[in-house]
Amino acid sequence: MKDIPAPSSAPNPAPDTARKLVEVRDLKMHFPIYGGILRRQIGAVKAVDGVSFDIFEGETLGIVGESGCGKSTCGRAVLRLYEATAGSITIDGTDIATLSQEALRKRRPAMQMVFQDPQASLNPRMTVAGIIGEPLDEHTNWNRAKKLERIYELMDAVGLNRDFANRYPHAFSGGQRQRIGIARALALNPKFIVCDEPIAALDVSIQAQVVNLLEELQEQFGLTYMFISHDLSMVRHIADRVAVMYLGVIVELAPVQDLYDHPQHPYTEALLSAVPEPDPSAEVRKDRIVLRGDVPSPSNPPKGCNFCTRCPKVMDICREIAPETLEVRPGHFAACHLHTHDQTAG
Amino acid sequence: MTDIATARPPRNQWWDVWDQFKTHKGALVGMIVFLFIVFFCFVGPYIWPYSATYIDIRSRNQGFSFAHPMGTDQLGRDIFARMMKGGQVSLAVGIVAMVLSVFLGTMIGVLAGYFRRVDGLLMRLTDLFLALPLLPLLLVMSMLFRQPLASIFGVETGIFLLIVTAIAVTSWMRTARVVRGDVLALKEREYVLAARSIGTPPRRLILRHILPNVLSPVMVSATLMLATAIITESALSFLGMGFPPDFPTWGRLVADGIDYMQQYPSRAMLPGIFISLTVLSVNYIGDGLRDALDPRIRGR
Repeated sequence: MKDIPAPSSAPNPAPDTARKLVEVRDLKMHFPIYGGILRRQIGAVKAVDGVSFDIFEGETLGIVGESGCGKSTCGRAVLRLYEATAGSITIDGTDIATLSQEALRKRRPAMQMVFQDPQASLNPRMTVAGIIGEPLDEHTNWNRAKKLERIYELMDAVGLNRDFANRYPHAFSGGQRQRIGIARALALNPKFIVCDEPIAALDVSIQAQVVNLLEELQEQFGLTYMFISHDLSMVRHIADRVAVMYLGVIVELAPVQDLYDHPQHPYTEALLSAVPEPDPSAEVRKDRIVLRGDVPSPSNPPKGCNFCTRCPKVMDICREIAPETLEVRPGHFAACHLHTHDQTAG
Repeated sequence: MTDIATARPPRNQWWDVWDQFKTHKGALVGMIVFLFIVFFCFVGPYIWPYSATYIDIRSRNQGFSFAHPMGTDQLGRDIFARMMKGGQVSLAVGIVAMVLSVFLGTMIGVLAGYFRRVDGLLMRLTDLFLALPLLPLLLVMSMLFRQPLASIFGVETGIFLLIVTAIAVTSWMRTARVVRGDVLALKEREYVLAARSIGTPPRRLILRHILPNVLSPVMVSATLMLATAIITESALSFLGMGFPPDFPTWGRLVADGIDYMQQYPSRAMLPGIFISLTVLSVNYIGDGLRDALDPRIRGR
């Protein structure tokens, strides 16, 4: 899947949010593997291997996929926390993939990140006020009182008691810590926030609180989210459009309703059939598509389509040629030979 | 959510540290003992009538008395006064060498751990220093630089500088290794990534996120270093490569006392006790400080 052409015209999910805030084109993130006596590079883990997508202002793009498919790496590369191997990332009109460190630093306030593990993403030796105030220390020259005012404002916005400002992260529950992390991400009024599995480490009841908080904040501040998760029902709840990743590539990208009702890619079908059904009688009747085998190693992906080793609808062509991403229905992209075939036939 | 009246402004963290430090009994006792020793060494000579170098040959080899609380030595010098004077040098050497060595070790460890480019170079340098036989190296250093330094800074300051640098340069390796290991683990933590996503430059990232979190091992090696520095200084003086013979340091007093171990055991033991007390009290202070600086322990 080396030469996916970028979707030339990504359609508009809602008429009032026409502007593209984030444009990612052919993003590749390869981690080198060293080996042998001389420690030469003998290969690369292709964690993200040619990914293209757009995020429109004010929308939430959900990224789903199983463990190790490159979701988090993709999110981090988009904010250039990793130096991408290839590709361009345009955020708000600037290609940040090629910016110098100093210029990138000036752009940082516009894009922030909420991390997966609220336990690990807060420095245990800093107070809550210190953690939330760090972006302010870095990017503003406000005096202490003004910073404190802003910190309190943020704590109110995420529903933390102002009295907690002097406490340390270890004194908080997981949900409260995630709120601290969200407050830190909000401190500089960003436009774009990458949420890297922000709810994966939380209890179910707390997950709902945090997701609702994220939605409220989106409404309040007009935020744009890239929401990475493996929880399909949560993504269905929060996202406007969803991208499904498998082994470093996006196999399907569609508006949320369209994707859940009419999945076009066999992998998406399998993924959706694995979602638990709350009704026991429906659960029994449901046909699950059980995939055989494991995900191939990203350092040595199969020839042709990445999914050909496990696909229930595999054809001969799948093992030879990587499928191109096509617009199967308006706004609905999929990379599968089932549809290439349709188009050539029809 | 909350009315503003109940929200207190962030309190200076050092007050929390002090509150926790006070609850550590050992650290408190250690600090009192250490302050007492410092007071004894640096203020004592102004109060005590005898000079450390005054020779009164008629009253030599005396036992404990009110005039000479720790007796006199083979030349009739007051041991109490010599202990004060010797303590000044030993404490100064110990503390300055410790600070230098810990600074050097932490800096090299952080640089090696954080910047992959210099890691190999700095760690091989560390291995090189670890492989060197230290005592011969110290002796060569003091032989080579003794005269030039003494002529520039004067005998006392020159030798002080020489000994302090020699000890620091030969003892930073352990700290560097421990710190590098911790930094390697810390820099992959998500809060470091979060700081980078905010746009914190490496310099401030190290100061704000990495250094406070490697404080515990640094603190431990610092307290151990103080003991090593005092003892290395005494070994050097004992070998005649440290301060001149008439210049008292605790290490030198022990060395001098060994000749009279049979007749006057207190002469070697008293300075030894002072060295041990200093080291022990500093260890306890370090222990208390390490606990006090860790917010996870502080709450309990």
